[in-house]
Formats: sequence, structure tokens, C-alpha cells
Amino acid sequence: MLVDEGALRALVPRVLAGLVRRGEDFDAAEDALQEALLEALRVWPDNPPHNPHGWLATVATRRLVDARRSEIARYRREETTAYADPPPAAVEQGDDTLFLLFCCCHPDLAPASQVALTLRAVGGLTTREIADAFYVPEATMAQRISRAKRTVRGRRLDQPGDLAVVLRVLYLVYTTGHAGRVDLAAEAIRLTRQLNLATGEPEARGLLALMLLNHARLPARLDSEGRIVTLDRQDRSRWNSREIAEGVRVLQSALALQTDERPPGRYQIEAAIAALHDDAASAEETDWPQILSWYDDLVALTDDPVRQSPAAVLGRAVAVGHVLGPAAGLRETDRLSEVIGERHRWYAVRGHLHELAGDLDTAAAAYAEASRRATNLTEHDHLLRQAVRLRAAARTRPGDRP
Amino acid sequence: MPKYLLLKHYRGGPENYTSVPPMDQWAPEDVEAHMAFLRHVSEMLEENGEYVGAQALTPERTWVRYGGPDAAPVTTDGPHPETSDLVAGWYMIDVDSYERALELAAYVSSGPGPGGEPMYEWIDVREIMTEAPSDD
Repeated sequence: MLVDEGALRALVPRVLAGLVRRGEDFDAAEDALQEALLEALRVWPDNPPHNPHGWLATVATRRLVDARRSEIARYRREETTAYADPPPAAVEQGDDTLFLLFCCCHPDLAPASQVALTLRAVGGLTTREIADAFYVPEATMAQRISRAKRTVRGRRLDQPGDLAVVLRVLYLVYTTGHAGRVDLAAEAIRLTRQLNLATGEPEARGLLALMLLNHARLPARLDSEGRIVTLDRQDRSRWNSREIAEGVRVLQSALALQTDERPPGRYQIEAAIAALHDDAASAEETDWPQILSWYDDLVALTDDPVRQSPAAVLGRAVAVGHVLGPAAGLRETDRLSEVIGERHRWYAVRGHLHELAGDLDTAAAAYAEASRRATNLTEHDHLLRQAVRLRAAARTRPGDRP
Repeated sequence: MPKYLLLKHYRGGPENYTSVPPMDQWAPEDVEAHMAFLRHVSEMLEENGEYVGAQALTPERTWVRYGGPDAAPVTTDGPHPETSDLVAGWYMIDVDSYERALELAAYVSSGPGPGGEPMYEWIDVREIMTEAPSDD
């Protein structure tokens, strides 16, 4: 029998939370559970347990006892029986996930540490897998995780944490990596699903909807040679309609909870925008006025959107370009030049709007500048291709040249 | 086996053998051919068992130094940012000999430019120091 790693890792939050609630040290419990997981992968193929959760809890506890015994052997030889038999978990699995996410997304941790610790302690990934996902040596990731655990150790873990931080960390996991051996996007979706079992917060649902509605388009995002395909050229039949349907359903359930005092937050709004793109049968049928109206809500969430959420203002500029015309869209990007005028995305959006206006030479120059500033190879190559495509088009339409 | 870095430069180095315009001014098919060549080089090195790593660097550069006690780090773009040496990226290879490193560097330099002509770009070949021998 092959071990279903997904099912195995789904047990992690419950087992770990059980150990920590019983008074075990988070750091030591997490290490012990990692060892138990490796043991499970070794033993279960031949001897599948009747109660996988109980098996993991027992083995992890034994590891904890072993570790503690060797530590205190110098002083005493007893003190082992109290941990032999873990009491059954008295709380729901969803609460465990939330509890652990609050531990791992502690505000005292840097984002990179929050992400790494979440993937290990809640996601059940090995240090090696996390290191691979972020292209750093395993020793570096091991050090990052153990430092993070040391930071969290002294903190009280029974306080309700900050859900906004948890959502941000999960979204960071989602956006960080779609390549490599570990599919972090799928992992983020799995964790956000678990989070939604624990909380009815509309923004948690909004985040899950956003992930699903974007993830649905992933199969069409790259061509067979690994080149980026822009939204307007994607083969929409390759979009995952099941994920779109679920994303829309989750989003609707979140929006249904809104009140005048509690309007939709950023994740619900971004999910609504993604849903409108997903809903269009072709690029031409995209409901840009509706998208623009959601962007208006998105930028209204902060007092100074140009400085506080420039990405939203930039996205809105594209929508303005499609609704009110490219010149209006370009004027919107002008407002951002001092904030993100150095970034490749700013040039890329301007390239798009200049092309929309039929100004192919200026568009090509903007895309060329964007490619020079890109920090991702796939995006760099894509932006360079946009530039050469537009220069070639400009050459065959000499009348358009200034 | 010795390891070498094959460095490509955005600028700097000996005078160019041919003059090649920036890539965004090439014909689309020439750009595709060049990108295909780069993929091919990495695959070939891997198949040969000579590949250690490859990285590309963005052209943005900042020089920085310690500012002194209680002072912020001092940064600058450099005295002559237009003419100073600027590395674009590298291959790290593990090969039998210096001659093999030169052979591979020359191959990298033969990548196609506009019109499919070789670019003849200068490649900077640097040997990597090995670990000090252990005591035993």
C-alpha cells in the first residue's frame, strides 16, 4: 500500500495542536512530529495503522519522551510515564488549524519565517521540500525554521492571533511558487480550506475564492514551451471550470455576510475581479465597467492608495484604460511614477495601454524597459517578446510610425 | 576536477568583435533562436555532467560600503556607471581541464544574434578556488 502523503499531512495540525495544548513545548513537539511523519512513511506501506491520528500522536510522544529522557538522564531516570498515553483530542480539527496558524504567523516573525514555519508545522512539509520550493540550501531553511521556533517559544500561544496576518501569510505562500517539486499554490489552497473550517470570517472565504479563481486559469498561463500567455490570448477551454464554480460559490457566501458596517475586504474584492475575468467566454466579452467598479472599491480601502496600495491603483489603471480609453489609463499610471515608476510592472502596464492606443513604437519601448527591470526570468523573456512583437508590427505598418 | 565561472557581461571587457543592437530591437525569430540556444547550452552541460549552476543578474547595480559607526551605509551607482564592468550572468561548470573550459566558453560565445549570425561576445573565464586540503 502506498501512503497518501496528502492525507498524512492533513493530520499534522490536529496532532501537533494536541501535543502543544497538553503543555508540550511547540519547538520540541514540532520536531518530534516531523520524525513521526518520516517514520510513518517508512512503516505504513507494510503496516497501515487502524487509527493514523493516534499512531502519529503516540510515536511523536515517544520521540518527545526519548528526547527529554536523554536530556534529563544526567539528573534523573524516571519521569516518563506521564506522557505514554495521550488523552483524546477534545477539540475540533478546525480549531487546531487556527491555533497553529496563529502560532506560526506570529507578528514577531519576519514574513519569510512565517511562511516557512506555516509550511512545516501546519502543512507538514519537510524542511527539504520547503528549501526546494524557495531555492535555498536545506541547511539555510533548517536554520530559518529553528530560529523562528525559538522566537515563538517564549510567547503565549493561547491568545487569539491576528487573522489578517494569517491571511497575508497564506496568500504569500500561494503567490510564491508555482514551479518546482512542491506546488505551493495547491498547498496554500489546502491550508486556506482548513482555515475556513475554523472560521466564518468573510475575508478568509474571500482569500480561498481568490486563490481558486486564479488557480483555475493556471493550466492556460504557460504554453508548451513554458512561455507566458497573456489573459487575452489564453485558451479558455483549458481553465478549470470546477475550481471556477467553487470559487464563485465561496465568494458569494462571503459577500452574503457583508453589512454596511462591514463591507467586503481586499480579498473578496480581488476575488470578485478574478471572477469577472473567469466569467468572460472571450477576452472581448470581459465586463470591464464592472471590474472598474470593484477596483474603485479596492482603492477606497486605504486613505492614500497611491502610496498604500500602488498595485491596486495600477490594476485599476488597466480597467480605466479599457473603459474610458488608453489615454485615461495612462494618466492614472502617471500618478504612480514616483512610487513604483522604477518597477517592471509599471512599464508593462504602460506598454499594454500604449498598444491599446495603437502607439506601437512607444508600447515596444515601454515593454523593453519593463524587461530590463524584470527580476523573474520567465517574465523577462515574456516582456522582451512583447517588445520585439510590437517592433515587428510597427515595421509592417509604417504609416503608424511618428 | 576544476570548476570555472563563465561570466557574461552587460558591458566592459575587450572591444566588441561585432556590434550588436539591444535584443529588443532584433527580429522576433532571432530572439527566439537566441533563447533556444541558451536553453540548449544548459541542457547540454547537464547531459555532459559538466553543469554546476547558471544565474542571470538584473542590470541594476548599487555600490555600498560601511558608513562608519552610527552612520547609514553609503551607496553610489559608481564613478562611471556607463563604462564600468557589469556582469550579466554566469554558468558554473565542472570540467576536466582549462582547455575544456575555454572550449565551452567559445561555444557560449557562438550564440546566434541578429540574422542568426554568431554574436562573438567575449566570455570572462575564471577558475574557482578549491577548498583547502584537509589534515588527514
